[in-house]
Amino acid sequence: MNNSIKMNATNSPNLIVNSENLTKKYGNVSVVDKLNLSIEEGCFCGILGPNGAGKTTTLRMFVGLCPIDEGQLTLFGQTMPDNASVVRESVGIVPQMDNLDPDFTVEENLSVYGRFFGLSSFILKNRIPELLEFSSLQDKANSKISELSGGMKRRLTLARALINKPKLLILDEPTTGLDPQARQAIWQKLRELKKQGLTLILTTHYMEEAERLCDRVIVMDHGEIKADAPPKQLIRKEIEPHVLEVHAAEDELLTRIKQDTSVARFEKSGDIHFFYGEKLAQALDMLEQSSHDDYLFRPANLEDVFIKLTGRDLRE
Amino acid sequence: MNNVSLFLSRSTSIWSRNIRVWAKLAGPSLMGNFGEPFLYLLVLGYGLGQFVGQVEGLTYMAFLASGVLCTSAVNSASFEGMYSAYTRMDVQQTWIGMLSTPVGIGEVVFGEILWAATKSLISVTAILIVATGLGLVADLWALLILPVAFLTGLCFASLALLVTSSAKSYDFFLYYTTLFITPMVLLSGVFFPIDTLPMGVQWLARSLPLYHAISLVRPLMTGGDLSYVIPHLSVLLIYGLTAGLWATSRIKKRLIK
Repeated sequence: MNNSIKMNATNSPNLIVNSENLTKKYGNVSVVDKLNLSIEEGCFCGILGPNGAGKTTTLRMFVGLCPIDEGQLTLFGQTMPDNASVVRESVGIVPQMDNLDPDFTVEENLSVYGRFFGLSSFILKNRIPELLEFSSLQDKANSKISELSGGMKRRLTLARALINKPKLLILDEPTTGLDPQARQAIWQKLRELKKQGLTLILTTHYMEEAERLCDRVIVMDHGEIKADAPPKQLIRKEIEPHVLEVHAAEDELLTRIKQDTSVARFEKSGDIHFFYGEKLAQALDMLEQSSHDDYLFRPANLEDVFIKLTGRDLRE
Repeated sequence: MNNVSLFLSRSTSIWSRNIRVWAKLAGPSLMGNFGEPFLYLLVLGYGLGQFVGQVEGLTYMAFLASGVLCTSAVNSASFEGMYSAYTRMDVQQTWIGMLSTPVGIGEVVFGEILWAATKSLISVTAILIVATGLGLVADLWALLILPVAFLTGLCFASLALLVTSSAKSYDFFLYYTTLFITPMVLLSGVFFPIDTLPMGVQWLARSLPLYHAISLVRPLMTGGDLSYVIPHLSVLLIYGLTAGLWATSRIKKRLIK
């Protein structure tokens, strides 16, 4: 009985991704370690984590580009990696590294890619102009890839990933290296897609990106899930409401600030002290009265959660 | 669609991607295809031919033509399967892009092999036209050279992709060309009949695929007697199949990791 219910849950058409104890090892190191994860249809899910946390490996396993060492994985209810080809018919992938075809123009990139999905030239004739419009590249249809800016290349990669009208869009650091304008343009496109009911999975190093776009944030480290919740909830649950950052202050002043009973905890990183707490009113008073003006009082954000969960150590 | 036609149609989509790129630069590429063999045949055939006289009852130019043709099939497929394929596999990450679609490793590799063999076919066709113009082709049976050249292309494309599967940089290919391709071309009867060589070297040449391609092409071009057709074809086929399957599994290990 129990078993059959579980089976139903696994095969539910609303579950886009479902993994049980999903594991990938390189040598003795588990880069993805017993990952249990389900992602529902229509979800915009962000995966955060330091370099080497296992984000990209996880995404590669989702589409059959990385072997699974242990555990089970289904996409759209189909077992992976056996059904990788069928699954990829319904997935769009925006890789971390641009791999647009430099030998082709913008339009040719879309049509050649469409051919890999077996799309006929009739279908492509209609879809390509739509995608060029969606990605604001109408004027660039006949441009070479080398003539595009970084933002345009990313938008084209996004358009290319939509050529097969995917049900799931996977984006691996889609805005890394873009200027703020280009980044916001991508965000706007992604929000539009979410509105259309697409399921999206995104990895990023930009906390505000995840905070603004995602309705669910998963923090990964050392191949494990450290936290999994909507971003606002994650901030409420994992961390104090406010942060006071004091830069390069005298020890004597710092000692006095620590006496504020509303300071729940503090951390030191280089010459910056981070005080976390509810109001921190006393501490702020003390700073105002002192001659030290190099400080910042702000609401806690996702980056604070991220640092709390994954530590301050540099990752290479 | 059943599995086989799906496999073929996806491999064809890889092939057609490559031919679209080629079509953009077809002009200079074709000039090379026609110009080089023309010069080789004319200059070597005429110049050397003066000294050599007849070889196996043929003018030297006619003898050389079939050798040059087969060498060109080998070189076209090898270059495409090494330098161009490596660019798409490693430098441009084109294959990973393809693998983000329903296309699988086997289809990518087979599509690339088909394309490299097509390059052989293009260059061989050019040489055949040049050779006909120089009066070196006996009759219409010479058209059968084209399928043989295509098979030769398939065989050497597979071998080249096997080399590519282990390559860390372009320099790696020099090992293969210097240690395998060049000695093979020199010993397989391109420039002179192999029965002038010591017995051991003859058997070495017979164990390599190029000799068998030439053994089929030379009589087809000059109107000589064809013999051992099935064994010759089998050698090309076995080399190609083995290398192709091996290359696929190695490339899979390299990319899906």
